[in-house]
Amino acid sequence: MRTFLRIVALLALTGVIVLLAMIFVPVRLTPAVAALPADWRPAEGQGEYVMRAGDCAACHTAEDGRPFAGGRPIESPMGTIYSTNITPDPDQGIGRYTLDQFRAALYDGIRGDGAHLYPAMPYENYRMLTEEDVRALYDYFMNEVPPVADPIPATDLAFPFNQRWGIRAWNWLALRHPAGFTPVYGDEVLDRGKYLVEAPGHCGACHSPRNLLMMQDGVTLDGGRFLQGGAIAGWEAPPLSGPASAPQRWDIPDMARYLGTGRNNHSTANGEMGLVVEESMQHLTPDDRIAIAAFLKGMPGGEVVLPATTEPSETVVIPHQPAGDAGKETEALLVSAPADMAIGPRLYADNCMACHFASGTGAAQIFPKLAGNTLVQSDETMPLISIILNGAHVPSTAQRPMQLVMQGYRDRLNDQEVAELATFLRSAWGNDAGPITTERVAEVRAETAEDAGDPDDTARD
Amino acid sequence: MARQEPRKDVVIVGLGWTGSILGMELSQEGLDIVALERGADQDTVPEFKYPDMLDELRYGVRLGLVLKPRNQTLTIRRGPDEVALPFRSFGSFLPGNGVGGAGAHWNGLNWRPQPEELKLRSHVRDNWGEQIIPEGMLLGDYPVSYDELEPFFDRFEHVAGISGQAGNLNGQIIPGGNPFEGRRSRDYPMPALPVTYDARKFAEAAAAMGYHPFKAPSGIASTAYVNPYGMQMGPCTFCGFCERYGCFQYSKSAPQTMILDALRRQPNFSYRTGAEVLRVEKAPDGKTATGVTYWDHAAGEEVFQPADLVILAAYQLFNVHLMLLSGIGQPYDPVTGEGVTGKSYAYQMNGSATLFYRDEVFNPFVGHGSNGMSIDDFGMNQIDFGREGFIGGAYWRSGQTNGQPIRSMPLPRDSAEWGAGWKKAVGDWYGHVMSIGSHGSHMAYRGNHLDLDPTYRDRFGRPLMRMTFNWQENDLRMNQFMRARMAEVVAFMKPDLSQLSFKDLGARYDIRPYQTTHNTGGHIMSENPAEGVVNRYSQVWGMHNVFATGAGNFVQNTQYNPTGLVGGLAYHTADAIRRQYLSNPRPLV
Repeated sequence: MRTFLRIVALLALTGVIVLLAMIFVPVRLTPAVAALPADWRPAEGQGEYVMRAGDCAACHTAEDGRPFAGGRPIESPMGTIYSTNITPDPDQGIGRYTLDQFRAALYDGIRGDGAHLYPAMPYENYRMLTEEDVRALYDYFMNEVPPVADPIPATDLAFPFNQRWGIRAWNWLALRHPAGFTPVYGDEVLDRGKYLVEAPGHCGACHSPRNLLMMQDGVTLDGGRFLQGGAIAGWEAPPLSGPASAPQRWDIPDMARYLGTGRNNHSTANGEMGLVVEESMQHLTPDDRIAIAAFLKGMPGGEVVLPATTEPSETVVIPHQPAGDAGKETEALLVSAPADMAIGPRLYADNCMACHFASGTGAAQIFPKLAGNTLVQSDETMPLISIILNGAHVPSTAQRPMQLVMQGYRDRLNDQEVAELATFLRSAWGNDAGPITTERVAEVRAETAEDAGDPDDTARD
Repeated sequence: MARQEPRKDVVIVGLGWTGSILGMELSQEGLDIVALERGADQDTVPEFKYPDMLDELRYGVRLGLVLKPRNQTLTIRRGPDEVALPFRSFGSFLPGNGVGGAGAHWNGLNWRPQPEELKLRSHVRDNWGEQIIPEGMLLGDYPVSYDELEPFFDRFEHVAGISGQAGNLNGQIIPGGNPFEGRRSRDYPMPALPVTYDARKFAEAAAAMGYHPFKAPSGIASTAYVNPYGMQMGPCTFCGFCERYGCFQYSKSAPQTMILDALRRQPNFSYRTGAEVLRVEKAPDGKTATGVTYWDHAAGEEVFQPADLVILAAYQLFNVHLMLLSGIGQPYDPVTGEGVTGKSYAYQMNGSATLFYRDEVFNPFVGHGSNGMSIDDFGMNQIDFGREGFIGGAYWRSGQTNGQPIRSMPLPRDSAEWGAGWKKAVGDWYGHVMSIGSHGSHMAYRGNHLDLDPTYRDRFGRPLMRMTFNWQENDLRMNQFMRARMAEVVAFMKPDLSQLSFKDLGARYDIRPYQTTHNTGGHIMSENPAEGVVNRYSQVWGMHNVFATGAGNFVQNTQYNPTGLVGGLAYHTADAIRRQYLSNPRPLV
């Protein structure tokens, strides 16, 4: 709350200072970073591919809504922002946008009518798209997406955040990096990975921390605390750099598998990352997922060993992984199951152990490892509690079509039991995170009441 | 007037194992396919979820996943001298219902037949002469050989996710596997599961007596597994809820774990539940089918689904019923021996030994449906039929499958059946008992058959199917042979008490106790249209755009659980349709 008030104060103060400047200085739009020939045309499918890489649908398609018709509520510290209609409908959508207006939205966060977009639109990242990809994306939205004329709820934030001109000042600080993409590695794979992560993938929007002004603290490899961990909608977006980060613990094929299927030999993608896999990453080429994994591995200096082939083998057999040294004590407790075993491990044995095992190591690509698990130990405790209460759902993907559904235990465990269980998980097998209180479980139970019930089904005729 | 749906390239009747396999394989050809399933949709979550699924009363006793006889059943009699009556409470066998079919609630016992079993008439003729074939036995060769089916057995095992250890890799005998099995082109996709103490105890005795124990193959995952469709299993926790239950943790091989989510992604495939097929519609000349008519339970009306290709992938009993109702193949007449549809219904001949040990503790709640050690020393290809006086064989297995308290409470025969005496017996013996099972072949006979009942009708007004079936001396003699051999093993194992349960000579079929859901035949494969309903590709003789999958194809039953052969034949059929039929639709033989 204090941070919030400081942001309010700083934003208000900044607004006053720059007010005069705004009166005199016209809005300056970033020009194209390359001059393409007039008859330049994107390759077939290129625009759709950039859309996938940019995960446009994640925000611009509402749940059960028509593609890109907007209206999806996005919770922000400033209030609820509704995503816009980006179909080519001339009135409700962006059908009247010129290429320059379209580019201005991506590069400068400027709407067709000159108003500022809220930075929920990650133009800090899209600013680094190449001109080819901007053109391809424009072509896709203008010519391949069906127009939708349905009106959507207007974003109506409270003062001072409804004063969009204030964003102009914010942009002066946030958009100091040049537009377009500059390769640095002299290596095709690593540079491709860097581009996908920095620009369309906008990984930094969640995985980089935000500074006091809510700007991404690091939007490129060489800036700030790039990809050192952030949060979104109550979920931790774990660090992607640093010795304990997943890209350093996992090999490149496993990292790519996580992106392509939402599951790998260690973990599964839940919550917001599950959506990223479903809407974006699974649609990239295997080579592009390898490139992303290679960049993340190599970024802090990890050794990059590219896999010989990206073709999946016909079948995969992975034996059970035994507990590590840190997990042996917990494993011994659960296996011996003494009569006076505390309620936490007892609940684990009765409800969780069949899939996640006494070792806490789960099973590769299907049951996530709980030992060393980031989500289990996160300071953001909502996801862990919510998964125990409401279950989890890894989406069907082309390479791994099975929907992995963990059922919820909302009806089976009360708040105290969930707290005991979660507290056990956070300290078992060498995990090292603080306890969960009964009150916290009660909060999450109330907040997530509407998530209860059956998981989404795929369409069935 | 029936509603009519837009034409499809393929209609599949039933969405169990073989319907899912054919759906997946044919959808890869780009065909527009619809599958019609009479039951409801069901998946691991929420239908099979923990702990609701582990409810012995609801699923084990009240048969929650099994077809309800009030919705569909058949009549049964033991011979022409009896009047068949409707099977009003399933006992002897338990047909599945709903998406996944019986594949959702099986035990996971997955075997290949022995090569000799597929050419059994030739095997008998070449070794002992046809004169040893008893009067009334319809002994036949399958019109397809083990070697021809081997790639398809292999394919099914890799899709289905089978754990086990090869005993014969390309002709080389591998220690620890079944030395009497047919040649495998490669090993099982997953290593064999560990086995429980009872199984080890049996295996030690068997080995000491000169037999060849091996870990039973199993449609239960021993590791994390990804199959060729990208579908997945997680390793089994030995919870002991397999048969009659859906697996709550993705560990049992089932259409749900191995095929269905991949199939749902195919844009040219769809399926409808609550769609109960009433009959196959024939073109005016009777040489092809035009589609199927089904009852749409939600809409409460008949629907005609036109299609160029009809796959009958219902359970064996219902495939045969549909054929009889639709005039596919000439109905079999047991008096004249003419006709084919309903001919050669066969079953399984099983027995067991129960061993009681006061001082041994077996922890029976640790187990799974296909747990255990087997021997195949009394298998079909190890027995001298001429000397023993029967044609048949059995494989044995010992391994606890569950410790469910209502149904898994083996007590000595003289125990009280209720009250304080029963409680004392339970206290004395629960957890101190192990068993050995003999799972034997069953031949086809002139009298055992399926036809339409003259009296009883189903809720759609169609005649029920009538089963005429009784045990025959040949198979009972085989069973008595197994009894004698097993008595020797039991004596060697020195239990405090023991009892043998094998049908005596002269035993008659009792439909009440559960025996096995291995109903076979009725639309058997044959070399020519006079002897069976379908050809070697499971294509109906004389109706080239109708194919029938499942155990109805079995010429006679094998000594094994049928799923491995059912799966292999389904892939064989899919391959024939893909590679031979689609480019030029015609009779393939």
